[in-house]
Amino acid sequence: MSYTRLLFLRFKGRRKLLPSWHTLARPRVFFKLAKAVLPLTFTLTGLLFAIGLYLGLVASPADYQQGEAVRIMYVHVPASWMALLVYGFLTLMSFFALIWRHPLAEIFAISAVPIGMVFTSLSLLTGALWGKPMWGTFWEWDARLTSVFILFLLYGFYWILYKTYSRRIASYCALVGAINLPIVKGSVEWWNTLHQSASVMKFGAPSLHSTMLPPLLFMAGAYFFYFIGVFILRARTELRRRKVFSQRHCERSEATQSSGLPGSLRSLAMTKKSIS
Amino acid sequence: MKPKHQRLVLISGALMGFGLASFFILTSLRDNLVFFYTPSELQQKYIHREKRIRVGGIVKPRSVKREGETARFFLTDQKNTLKVIYSGILPDLFREGQGIVAEGYLQDPTLFRAEIVLAKHDETYMPKEVADRLKRE
Repeated sequence: MSYTRLLFLRFKGRRKLLPSWHTLARPRVFFKLAKAVLPLTFTLTGLLFAIGLYLGLVASPADYQQGEAVRIMYVHVPASWMALLVYGFLTLMSFFALIWRHPLAEIFAISAVPIGMVFTSLSLLTGALWGKPMWGTFWEWDARLTSVFILFLLYGFYWILYKTYSRRIASYCALVGAINLPIVKGSVEWWNTLHQSASVMKFGAPSLHSTMLPPLLFMAGAYFFYFIGVFILRARTELRRRKVFSQRHCERSEATQSSGLPGSLRSLAMTKKSIS
Repeated sequence: MKPKHQRLVLISGALMGFGLASFFILTSLRDNLVFFYTPSELQQKYIHREKRIRVGGIVKPRSVKREGETARFFLTDQKNTLKVIYSGILPDLFREGQGIVAEGYLQDPTLFRAEIVLAKHDETYMPKEVADRLKRE
């Protein structure tokens, strides 16, 4: 028996043992996973927030130029990272939703959107609060600030399209909007901007003193697990809501059928109205 | 080919095309997307004296002169310099050697009348003690 054939057989044998990609995308598996992961996620979120906020707001040193205002960075920078990361997740889910037409992908996408919006607004808000004392202005239409504002609008577009018009069109828009991600990242390198360029997410050593890095990373971890936790809660609620709606829909269509009304038409109208 | 694969090819293709198109658009818009010009860029450009523009650079060391509310200083990008006149309150971070962005009107190729001065902060973050130690060394 040749070596490649042996490998192939081993692979075939293992496939039955390990859950495949599709098994993971089943609601029942998701519910089980959520139940196991949620307590851990929220404990971690609390712990990381406690450490990160203590280090960032109390224990870390003031900056040589910015003074105490540097502490805004520990809230602002991880929020911006998460705003980009969540949009990346939304893009991935929209891609799955369009190509594999998996309903869970759309549910995951819409569950992540409000969290991403919160991160983006937090980034814009804390940025403005930092900008006033440092730059001398709350807001300027430079490439970085504008592209992050567009990111905020893109989340909003997705939400509006999904809820009022068409889920598929919303997914297409999310994919098209993904072009904004490299623009946000590259804006400070490609053009002259008021906003400074990256201190940590760049090639080479961070231009951030080593005493300022741990609070930033702890805060980033806290935001990340906060996202995971709230995302799981939102997705679970959305799945259960749909379950309830589809059950009600079945009961009603049975009732209308027995009363002799054109049941299929009635139920179609009902689903359009009730599931939004 | 399954419909799934058709969609995969179509959507990926469309996205790549779209990405390429936006890349070209952004490259050609490069000039209009800059937030500020540097003194060297101003040398090569004609700018009408009534057009509001922004200039960015470093405040030349030992060039700031203050008379009451009015400040005069030289803005440099290490190659060319530009004289700037500004009256008003300067931001906290404004000092000699600091990067700033000034918004206003170019009076003549060497004189800029600023109406707003913004301090630009660079990406370096460090505690005061470390900065002092670096300065001493």
